[in-house]
Amino acid sequence: MSAVVSDAEFRPRAVDGRAPDVFHPGRFVSMREYREDEAVDFAIVGTGCGGGVLAARLAEAGYSVVAFDAGAFYRPLEDFASDEAEQEKLYWLDERISGGSDPLEFGSNNSGKAVGGSTVHFQMVALRFRPEWFKSRSLLGYGHDWPVDWREMWHYYGRAEKDMSISGPVRYPWGPKRGRYPYREHELSASALVLARGAEALGVKWSPTPTASLSAPNGAAHPCVYRGFCKIGCATNAKQSMLVTYVPRALKAGAEIRDLAMVGRIETGTDGRATGVHYHRNGEWRFQKARNVVVSGYSIETPRLLLNSACEKHPDGLANSSGLVGKGLMAHTNNATWGIMEEEIRWYKGPPSLAVCEHWNYEDHGKDFDGGYSFMSQGPLPTDFATTLVTNEGPFGTELRNWMAHYNHMAGLKIVGETMPQDENRVELSDEKDALDLPVPKVTFSLSDNDKRLVAHAEDFMEEMLGAAGAGNLFRTSSTAHLMGGCRMGDRRETSVVDASGRSWDIDNLFVCDGSLFPTAGGVNPSMTIVANSLRIADRIIELGRRGELN
Amino acid sequence: MPEDEKPRKFETPYPSYDVLDKWDTPSFNDQTRRVVADRLSRHWTRRFFDEDEYALLRAVVDTILPQDERDESDRIPVESFLDEKLHHNVTDGTRHAKVPPQREAWRIGLAAIDAEAKKEKGSGFVALTPQDRHAVLQRIDTGKAGGPHWKDLQPKRFFRHVLLKQSVKLYYAHPLAWNEIGFGGPAAPRGYLRLGPDMRDPWEAREERRPRRAGQLP
Repeated sequence: MSAVVSDAEFRPRAVDGRAPDVFHPGRFVSMREYREDEAVDFAIVGTGCGGGVLAARLAEAGYSVVAFDAGAFYRPLEDFASDEAEQEKLYWLDERISGGSDPLEFGSNNSGKAVGGSTVHFQMVALRFRPEWFKSRSLLGYGHDWPVDWREMWHYYGRAEKDMSISGPVRYPWGPKRGRYPYREHELSASALVLARGAEALGVKWSPTPTASLSAPNGAAHPCVYRGFCKIGCATNAKQSMLVTYVPRALKAGAEIRDLAMVGRIETGTDGRATGVHYHRNGEWRFQKARNVVVSGYSIETPRLLLNSACEKHPDGLANSSGLVGKGLMAHTNNATWGIMEEEIRWYKGPPSLAVCEHWNYEDHGKDFDGGYSFMSQGPLPTDFATTLVTNEGPFGTELRNWMAHYNHMAGLKIVGETMPQDENRVELSDEKDALDLPVPKVTFSLSDNDKRLVAHAEDFMEEMLGAAGAGNLFRTSSTAHLMGGCRMGDRRETSVVDASGRSWDIDNLFVCDGSLFPTAGGVNPSMTIVANSLRIADRIIELGRRGELN
Repeated sequence: MPEDEKPRKFETPYPSYDVLDKWDTPSFNDQTRRVVADRLSRHWTRRFFDEDEYALLRAVVDTILPQDERDESDRIPVESFLDEKLHHNVTDGTRHAKVPPQREAWRIGLAAIDAEAKKEKGSGFVALTPQDRHAVLQRIDTGKAGGPHWKDLQPKRFFRHVLLKQSVKLYYAHPLAWNEIGFGGPAAPRGYLRLGPDMRDPWEAREERRPRRAGQLP
């Protein structure tokens, strides 16, 4: 992280009626601006899979929208280096206090700080939920039901995949029929072929991974060049992050984006309803009036903002009459099996997870746990892999360098494993203050016994598969990825924070729209489900407006 | 792994490969050149650690990532990068509850390693032979170390999640480390064409000998 590449992290770029043109170095597109003292229809906090999508859809529906992001507004073609250390600028690195028996690591695997949110550095795995997961309590006996029907979600997944030009197979082998993916699948890399070979040896299905990276040009965006730095920011715009999809759409439709703008507090009036947001930009606190406020800060920052906005009418924080704000936080277990192959794999090339196995998401026999997991082929860059190796296995000395010398022969399989929603896993405010004098969040996370049984099952299965694919010197590592929950949506005000439209049960002009809404985690990467759900919520908000039920 | 405890010189499978040969090719774009040049040209003066701490840190770094085959001028100065990181107090997003903030943790942890050396080997860490240094760290990594000098730190956790993790993060961010593992390095805008097993673009490292057999990890 340094100023040698650009000043995007130090000086707001979306000012004076223009915003960065993400497709052209040095260029700008025009941007509508709104006055702070006249209420906009929607102030949206965050521009990731929740806020970015909503800003585009609501602006396209004719609403006045200002979307805030604490992070920088990058032009990937000129601001992203091929360098792991430099690209840490994409992570949310402000300290969070992490406790519980399995404390979460924040930053790279779960939190982004940029216009476009975590999608600027996500791994682009674009999977859908298994339909039953939307009613996991009723149909599968664990967790909570979602207040939505899977067929409705199936419709919005299709739209999200089209909007994000997902590359994928003609036929996906699990779940109900879906249309073919908008872009053809990518060529399989050597690391993906390891998964394929192992799956075939064990007699389970595998698939090329639906991936949010272009396999052909799309407008001004280039197709993937298999550079392999996807997880730390795509420098060629092949990656279909929010930054290059919905954010440009939002600008074009008349939304204003304010970069390097950290929202610290939602203001409420004497009637207890939201009146706008206090935000910090250019070294000072400012206030934007709004008729409606949408919080899209993801599973840590969304509860943090709601809790920090406590006032006389809402002493325990906004939208918190259920006491559930911050609770039910989930992560995915991200355990892996690694091994050394005879042949050269060179897993640094191409999107890192080009093959996927969802067998244990759809097969319920032979499990001693609730929930499911998928796993994918892997391609970590050097420091990513080295830190995984040493924190889990601890080799040091010449032995460590010898291990790392096998980098080009390594292959790995890693799960996205469902964890159970537990109210004890939560986000709270600590007594410590950050540089902006905002309370530092305190996060508590512990795996349940069920989560541990899932991990043990997955590790055994992946080890068998990787061995069957020809890998030796196998070893296992554990970690977590992604965040979900913390403000779950539901059908009843006593057991959820917001309703199916993302609208707070307590404050009718306050909405939440991001991954914190998830009642359950599912065994797949969350981004496509967040985008699909945001598209659904956008349509519902627009419908509320048509009926005259919006502020 | 008694055999592996004996320090041996490291041998790269890619002796002819230099990622910087691609400097003026389409694998490097301007912003990447600026970042890498900046990393290679910096010679920081020590600002965070005191002189003794810095010498101790250097000895620890040389034990976890021995660079015996390199001249001093070619060595990756991990301790210098660490000092710079702690001077600016660059954090990684997570502070574990009941664990001191990183600056404090590093000072306590290094002092505790020195105390372990005195306890086990009768002299400070810097004065020990490479074998004894390795043995002291091995005790910490296998959970055998402990005592009041560790204060609020859990020795093994500090060793793996702070010391080893931060050190490898800096070491493997250096072009010399990319060379020794045959990593393709910077790759924009050109990227790669050949993705299959045992396939290599002309601008990738050629493996000239097999990597040394890796031991079984614990």
